[in-house]
Amino acid sequence: MNIKYDAGKIIPGLIIFVLFMTFPIWYNMGNAGTIPNPEKPANGARQCVAETKFMRTDHMVLLNDWRDEVIREGKRQKIEIDGVHYEKSLQNGCMHCHANKEKFCDTCHTYASVKPYCWDCHFNFGETLKGEKL
Amino acid sequence: MDNDRRKFLKIAGLSTIAGLGAPAAFEMLLKGEAPRSALASAPSHGAAAAAPAGKQYGFVINTKVFADMPGLANKCIEACHSIHNVPDFQNKKDEIKWIWETKYHNAFTVENPHLAHNVEERNFMVLCNHCANPSCVRACPTKATFKNDDGMVLMDYHRCIGCRFCMAACPYGMRSFNWRDPRGVDKETGRPFIARINPEFPTRMRGVVEKCSMCSELVEKGGIPKCVEVAGNTGAIIWGDLNDKNSAINKVLAENFTIQRKPELGTQPSIFYIV
Repeated sequence: MNIKYDAGKIIPGLIIFVLFMTFPIWYNMGNAGTIPNPEKPANGARQCVAETKFMRTDHMVLLNDWRDEVIREGKRQKIEIDGVHYEKSLQNGCMHCHANKEKFCDTCHTYASVKPYCWDCHFNFGETLKGEKL
Repeated sequence: MDNDRRKFLKIAGLSTIAGLGAPAAFEMLLKGEAPRSALASAPSHGAAAAAPAGKQYGFVINTKVFADMPGLANKCIEACHSIHNVPDFQNKKDEIKWIWETKYHNAFTVENPHLAHNVEERNFMVLCNHCANPSCVRACPTKATFKNDDGMVLMDYHRCIGCRFCMAACPYGMRSFNWRDPRGVDKETGRPFIARINPEFPTRMRGVVEKCSMCSELVEKGGIPKCVEVAGNTGAIIWGDLNDKNSAINKVLAENFTIQRKPELGTQPSIFYIV
């Protein structure tokens, strides 16, 4: 095959190939998919430990900071927001309001395709661990 | 030909100078970088001895009381293992333990052919020694295990990569490795490895090392370690700050002859046994 003689086949072929490979990009253009809608706390709490905007983007940073403060520095005092005391803990703090992992955490994590390993050790109270509901 | 040799010698000379100078320059750069890392400046490096001003919590274990009160030791062990979600694999090879009993010859290495028979046969409660100079902390490549300001030797399971250097470094064998998933069930019987879960404490995952945490999660909120609580006022376990001259533990230590496990290694274990 020689480009000089077979251009009529090669060039359309290349165009079809490129269009086919980029199909997902232009097919989903301007479409962000189903926007996740994490469930609001069932216990009626409407105020988190920080601004919703901050929590949305930086909750993992906050959790890491809490982890270092609690484990390494032993700073386990509860934090007070609007007269409500919160434990600096995923399992004993966050999950008390955001009790449903599937409807809260997983909605965005699945959407963003991130797989945090929190629940390898920490408990998700909705899960059934060995048949025993927590 | 002559010209080539000249060139070669020039290049060789310059490379030698560069080679000698580079490490020094590199070191200077590194020094500038070091404080930027938060972990590098953490006060918890094990190589330094505990500051006399800081706390160093420790235990006195009265083996006579445990010998007189059969069943007490098991109560302490069960209480500890159940609040910390310690799995029971019922298999010596995979076993995870935070606190357990062992015979004199397993706990102490001092050879004494004329050891009193009742001491030789006695059970000794063993747990992490929370050494003032812990070798495990120095061995850990990720600072997953560290010494905190209260003198506790702790684990940050998030950072543990499961290399088990700490297990090799601990001269007391007080650390266990999760060879299996602690959240799993026995394939044959369907028995969960953690019989009753404490939902306030996490489990561990496969591939991390674990050990006694001196109940830091309770102590840091003003509580006392669970084993001490279970032993209660029997005097079997006394717990307190070894650096506080007026603490109850120092009073007990001043009045009783105690022994430590392998003190000759210089790890300065914080557990003292009354025999």
